Amino acid sequence: MNHYSAWKNSLVIAIIVIGGLFAAPNLFDDDFAVQVSASRQGNVDLTLMSDIEAALKAKSIDYKGAELDGERLLVRFSDADAQLKAKDVINSTVDNGNYIVALNLAATTPDWLAAFGAEPMNLGLDLRGGVHFLMEVDMDAAVKMALNSYSSEFRTLLRDEKIRYKKIQVEANKVIVGFRSIEHRDQALVRMAREYNQLDIVVLEESVTPSLIASLTEVSLRETRLTALQQNIVTLRNRINELGVAEPTVQQQGDNRIVVQLPGVQDTAQAKKILGATATLEFRLVDNEHDVKDALAGRVPANSKLYQRRSGQAILLNKRVMLTGEHIINAASTLDQNGSPAVSITLDGKGARAFSNVTRDNIGNPMAVVFIESKAETREIGGKMVKVRRQMPEVINVATIRDQLSKKFQITGLDSTTEARDLALLLRAGALAAPIDIVEERTVGPSLGQDNIDQGFNSVMIGFMFVLVFMVIWYRVFGAVANLALALNLVLIVALLSMLQATLTLPGIAGIVLTVGMAVDANVLIFERIREELRVGNSPQASIHAGYAKAFSTIADANITTMIAAIVLFGFGTGAIKGFAVTLIFGIATSMFTAIVGTRAVVNLIYGKKNKPKLSI
Amino acid sequence: MQFLNKKTSFNFMGKRKIAALFSAILLLTAISSLVMQGLNFGIDFTGGTMIELAYEDTANLNEIRGTLESNGYDDAIVQNFGSVHEVLIRLPVIESENMADLSNDVVAVLKTASSTEIDVRRVEFVGPQVGEELTEQGGLAMLYALIGILIYVSLRFEYRFAIGSVAALVHDVLLTLGVFSVFQLEFDLTVLAAILAIIGYSLNDTIVVFDRVRETFLKMRKGGSEEIINIALNDTLSRTLMTSATTLLVVISLFVFGGEVIHAFSIALLLGIVVGTYSSIYIASNVVLAMGVSKADLMPPVREDGEEIGEDGSQV
Repeated sequence: MNHYSAWKNSLVIAIIVIGGLFAAPNLFDDDFAVQVSASRQGNVDLTLMSDIEAALKAKSIDYKGAELDGERLLVRFSDADAQLKAKDVINSTVDNGNYIVALNLAATTPDWLAAFGAEPMNLGLDLRGGVHFLMEVDMDAAVKMALNSYSSEFRTLLRDEKIRYKKIQVEANKVIVGFRSIEHRDQALVRMAREYNQLDIVVLEESVTPSLIASLTEVSLRETRLTALQQNIVTLRNRINELGVAEPTVQQQGDNRIVVQLPGVQDTAQAKKILGATATLEFRLVDNEHDVKDALAGRVPANSKLYQRRSGQAILLNKRVMLTGEHIINAASTLDQNGSPAVSITLDGKGARAFSNVTRDNIGNPMAVVFIESKAETREIGGKMVKVRRQMPEVINVATIRDQLSKKFQITGLDSTTEARDLALLLRAGALAAPIDIVEERTVGPSLGQDNIDQGFNSVMIGFMFVLVFMVIWYRVFGAVANLALALNLVLIVALLSMLQATLTLPGIAGIVLTVGMAVDANVLIFERIREELRVGNSPQASIHAGYAKAFSTIADANITTMIAAIVLFGFGTGAIKGFAVTLIFGIATSMFTAIVGTRAVVNLIYGKKNKPKLSI
Repeated sequence: MQFLNKKTSFNFMGKRKIAALFSAILLLTAISSLVMQGLNFGIDFTGGTMIELAYEDTANLNEIRGTLESNGYDDAIVQNFGSVHEVLIRLPVIESENMADLSNDVVAVLKTASSTEIDVRRVEFVGPQVGEELTEQGGLAMLYALIGILIYVSLRFEYRFAIGSVAALVHDVLLTLGVFSVFQLEFDLTVLAAILAIIGYSLNDTIVVFDRVRETFLKMRKGGSEEIINIALNDTLSRTLMTSATTLLVVISLFVFGGEVIHAFSIALLLGIVVGTYSSIYIASNVVLAMGVSKADLMPPVREDGEEIGEDGSQV
């Protein structure tokens, strides 16, 4: 007799129920939504929500609902038209400096499902439309920039120590310092080696001029690269915020690349401009002698210039620049003596000297930090397309000079540690963002995305139907049982993808299609075995038993080898291939369960209790 | 319904010399084509830019070519893609130009020239260095998959079976690549994924046959290796054909309904399944037979009287 024990049957039922539950959220269509999240000082709260709701009502735009979801506010609409109109309205309602307003799709998972933590799976860029960039950080430039700042530090150090040098020059990956005499060289070697343990400093033999070679140690070379990469990631994140993208991804890939994914973005030209922009920093004295109101009215003093603070307030700054960001070697958020948040800044030699002179004369005066982004724009001038760089200055901080400042100093008077951290990031990003190149772009327009979803869905369904019909014709009742297992297999793959919040791509759908074809293989193996057993005259019950038992090792071997290929695919994977590998791996795993345990449970249910059943196979 | 309801007794191995010759000719054709004209690598591997546009009306390819040429994009290849409305433009890597902006420039030029709306369906740009890396990684991935499988099959079966299955895999991969080379079909990243899937599929098939070969060897008291392999092949024939049929059905559905983007992928899979089915019968078993597998090689290792057990599981 073939029957499953109670626990085995309940295991099958439990898996069906859990699978169904987690796959279910994918049945509900997404709502069109506008997402508002905070950048900088904005607060996403009930006040903001009621402001936005009031604005939408005033313009009589129908919305389905508004809700606070963690750090973001979602306003739902029933169609794309209302969504677009509402985005404009919301954009003009909220303060643009502090909020990011973006189009998004909002899941409509019913509350009772969401309570289990069930969510629909993510769709890849090829299905929802959007841009994928792979950006490469110019590491040679990053190293060169580091060496440049060392070379200017050397100048200061040697001058301070009164060691006479002839020239200091930066080559590919080293700094060469030439001296007047061997005595000077040796003196410098001792002094420099003490100061810079992050550098390998050696004597350059066979040289007419006595010289030293300084290069970054393995460790600090790695560190320099890592910092360059991380700074660029920070800079990119900040810039993407400006683009107003709902769910951007910025991720490190390998040791010199960054993946940027912007779902829903269509204007790739603008995205490229903003991501590729370079930023600098300036320190300027605040002009306290003149009135901002006069300046706003058009009477700007000759030596000053009007700027905007982040809050939108106008401020008058001196035209003379005290210091530019290229002299900043490092910036870190810390706490000052009083324990309030601050940013400590390290300058290079040249910057420190200049800075100490200006600050000595201006103790007690306020000083502003101006963050300038220069963005390349292609404009039409005189009928020709010309690339123009546009500068976008913004005052990010104003602080009072308390002391004569030099190599190391602090910016205090910050509101929070978050602000201190952000400022340090901005300073670092502005100071040492190595150039970035786009080395790969994959853009999928919304129409193609929808086509891909439709075609993908169709091919899965049609392929599935073919197999269902085929199996029933060939194996009758057993075929129908295999079909149930196949359907469950599809549900389980979707459930797994949703549970792990994996991303479904078009190649991923191809993987599912392929799994559908191969998943029946296990059942074919079992059923052919059962037929063989029946043919040699075994009893129906014994045949079922033997069929499952004998086919098992074959099924396991066949699936494990396919799994090896799938895992290699995953390991090798870049985007498209990974998507395919993931669904293939999931499919193999779930099909083993459904085709062996699942079908057996049903077959037992149908034939298990009968004495001499006639098998329909 | 039973496809083969009586026990079949095709003499597969009797025709193994003809099959070997047939495979040899195909392989030779594939290899010489691969050597002589190579593969038509897509931009995933060579680097370059690909733009898919949808015009409202029928796209006038000559006009588009003219516009591109007069704007200095002489190397652009313009083709229809899927329908008369859709156009695929390919641009090679151009030195000393900001490649990343190229697609935007081209689209801007075409939009100005066109009186109707143009919908940008897809843009793919791959820098030359990324392409080079992919080619290298792709080759490595295939190698790793083969090695992994070789190890697993050696552990589960016997080294002769491992060699047989890998021979079948190499055969399948080479023939599929050969078709792509002979007809100069575009070989892109999805085709590479398909080839790796074929490795998995073809192996699946081979393993099932081998499993049966091993079982039959152990079960049958008498009979030569050729006869035993024949019986095993006949026993699994119904299953081999069924599985190939269902997999073919879904891949055909993918080919017909899956859209232009995964056309090359489904072609590769179609080829792979057909070739894979053939090779698990003729190549894999042929190699095993040629290497002289016998019953003694397949006996499970028994430790009696402290007998040494050979590396391949055989008793020495």
